[in-house]
Amino acid sequence: MTAPLLIFFVLAALAVLGAISLIVQRHPIHSALSLIVVMVALAGLYLLMGAEFVAAVQIIVYGGAIMVLFVFVIMLLNAGEEERTNSSKLATYAGIPLAVAVAGFIGAAIVRSSGSLAAPAPSGALTSTKALSMLLFSEFVYPFELTSFLILVAILGAIVLAQREN
Amino acid sequence: MVPTNYYLMLSAILFGLGIVAFVFKRNIITLFMAIELMLNAVNLAFVAFSQSLGKPDGEVFVLFVIVVAAAEAAVGLGIIILTARNRRSLNVERVDLLKL
Repeated sequence: MTAPLLIFFVLAALAVLGAISLIVQRHPIHSALSLIVVMVALAGLYLLMGAEFVAAVQIIVYGGAIMVLFVFVIMLLNAGEEERTNSSKLATYAGIPLAVAVAGFIGAAIVRSSGSLAAPAPSGALTSTKALSMLLFSEFVYPFELTSFLILVAILGAIVLAQREN
Repeated sequence: MVPTNYYLMLSAILFGLGIVAFVFKRNIITLFMAIELMLNAVNLAFVAFSQSLGKPDGEVFVLFVIVVAAAEAAVGLGIIILTARNRRSLNVERVDLLKL
C-alpha cells in the first residue's frame, strides 16, 4: 500500500468515526467537537488532493469561525443533554429506508461510472492558489460579488433576529 | 495515487451519516451540525471531481458553498436563539406550531 493511500484511509476513518460520534453523543458540545474532528480530517484530505487553499479555508472558516459560533451558541443557551423522546413513526419507517436508499443510489452510481472517471492528476500538480484566484476574479467575479451581498444580508438578518424586543 | 472513486464513496458515506443524524437527533443545534456535515460531504465530492478533471472550477464552487454555509449558520443560529428564548427548550419536538 502506497503512502497516499495509507494517509487517505487514516483520514477517512477519522472522518467517518467523527460523523458516527456526532450521531451517538447526546450532549451537543460533544457533537460539536466530533464535527470539528470531521472537518480537520477533510482538510487533510484536501491537502492530499493538492487543494491547499481550500484546505486552509476549511480550517479557518469551518473549523474556526463556524464551529466557534456553534460552541458559543451552545454555551450561551446552556444546552444540556438531549431529551430522549420516542423517535417519531415517520423517522423510523421513512427515515431509515430513505437514508439506505440515498446511500445505495449514490454508491451504485459511483460504482457504475467508475470506468468513465478520468484518471486523477498527479498529486500536488492540481491547481495553484494563483490559478484558483485568477478563475475566481475573472470567470466567477459576478457570483463572487453576489456572495458579498449575501453576507451583508446575513449579517443584517442575524442582528434583527438576535436583538431583544423592547 | 488515491482513486477518485474512494473520495466519492467517502463523500457518500458522510452524506448518509448526515441524513441519519438529521432524522434521528432531537436537539435543534445538532440538527444544524448535521446540515454542516452534509455540506462538507458535498465539498469533498466537488474537490474530488475538480482533481479528477484537472480543472479548478470545483474548488471555486467549494469556496461559494463555504460562504453560503457561513451565512446560513449566522442566520440559523439567530433563529435558534430566538426559538430557545420563546420556547425554553431546544427540542425540535416542542417546535410544532405548523404541525397538524
